[in-house]
Amino acid sequence: MIEGDVFVQAMQDIGVNFFTGVPDSILGGIIAELMNRRLYTPAVREDEAVGMAAGAYMAGKFPAVLMQNSGLGTSLNALISLNMIYRQPCVLVVSWRGQGGKDAPEHLVMGEVMLRLLDTVKIPHRTLTEKSAHEDFTWIKEVCMKQQIPVALVITKGVVKGLHP
Amino acid sequence: MRPEQGTLISRAQAIAALLELLTDQPVIICNGFPSREAHKIADRPTHFYMIGSMGNAPAIALGVALAKPNKQVITFDGDGNVLMGMGTLATVGALRPKNFVHVVFDNEVYGTTGNQPTISNVVPLEKVAKAAGYANVARVLDRDDLVYEFKDMLKKDGPSMLLIKVNEFVEDAGRVLHDPPEITRRFMKAIEG
Repeated sequence: MIEGDVFVQAMQDIGVNFFTGVPDSILGGIIAELMNRRLYTPAVREDEAVGMAAGAYMAGKFPAVLMQNSGLGTSLNALISLNMIYRQPCVLVVSWRGQGGKDAPEHLVMGEVMLRLLDTVKIPHRTLTEKSAHEDFTWIKEVCMKQQIPVALVITKGVVKGLHP
Repeated sequence: MRPEQGTLISRAQAIAALLELLTDQPVIICNGFPSREAHKIADRPTHFYMIGSMGNAPAIALGVALAKPNKQVITFDGDGNVLMGMGTLATVGALRPKNFVHVVFDNEVYGTTGNQPTISNVVPLEKVAKAAGYANVARVLDRDDLVYEFKDMLKKDGPSMLLIKVNEFVEDAGRVLHDPPEITRRFMKAIEG
């Protein structure tokens, strides 16, 4: 299991220096560490977070947006009618609720279709594992910089230490 | 037509008055007619013209304002836009960026889609902003008050909201000519440093 501080350090090491988003339990450990480091700007909706990230990018930052995968639904229009067409990269750190059909009912549909949804809207994505973490972070940075669009790093339950292990 | 409609200025007249008072500040302009009209009135590289992602202009402006605390950041917004992204009033009110000026052109309709009514005739958006924590808010009904209040807000610590009641007139302005990636590049270069 990856510790929250190791995850945050890895993000900083690839150059991410603006963090916003809306919490999820799977992301609890990461957000706690970001708050410890005074790096986190909370948003009230995921589309707002995506907009803030776009602004921060244009002001010289490399932004990340943390969200539960339900937030992909909320922010989809901003992602495809702002960031993608205006070429504003950001790292989407998306927790995979509903993976394998084992979660509360509201997460099951998104849990099943999330990767296909990302494919459909042409957002490159990679699912983080402890073993491949180094390559995963490197890949995220490279694809973000090369394509200049949002790229998703998908976080499954138990891969990064949460608040309640 | 509303009773005061005949005496109000148009959004384009309001934009022209505002842009006369601005120089090189970043201005994030919401989708629809406001971007087209601002582009026609004065096309500056410091303008970020939006198409799409309605409701998101103040969120983008907030991102710029947080990343560039020494630059005063302006956003031109509409009543339908504010209503769609109303949560951002709370985020701005909570974070209280001093360098954030939110201008709202309130014509009480969704102009781009055929003047369907919004609900800003009964919901005073500047009062919502004040309750959310904006430091300064004002509602103006004519050009003189607009100039006075906007000059004042540019001097004060924000966040500030200037709500300008405008009529439904639409300036004959075409679509913004620059393609979106070019708007991003140009804006980034213009606000560097």
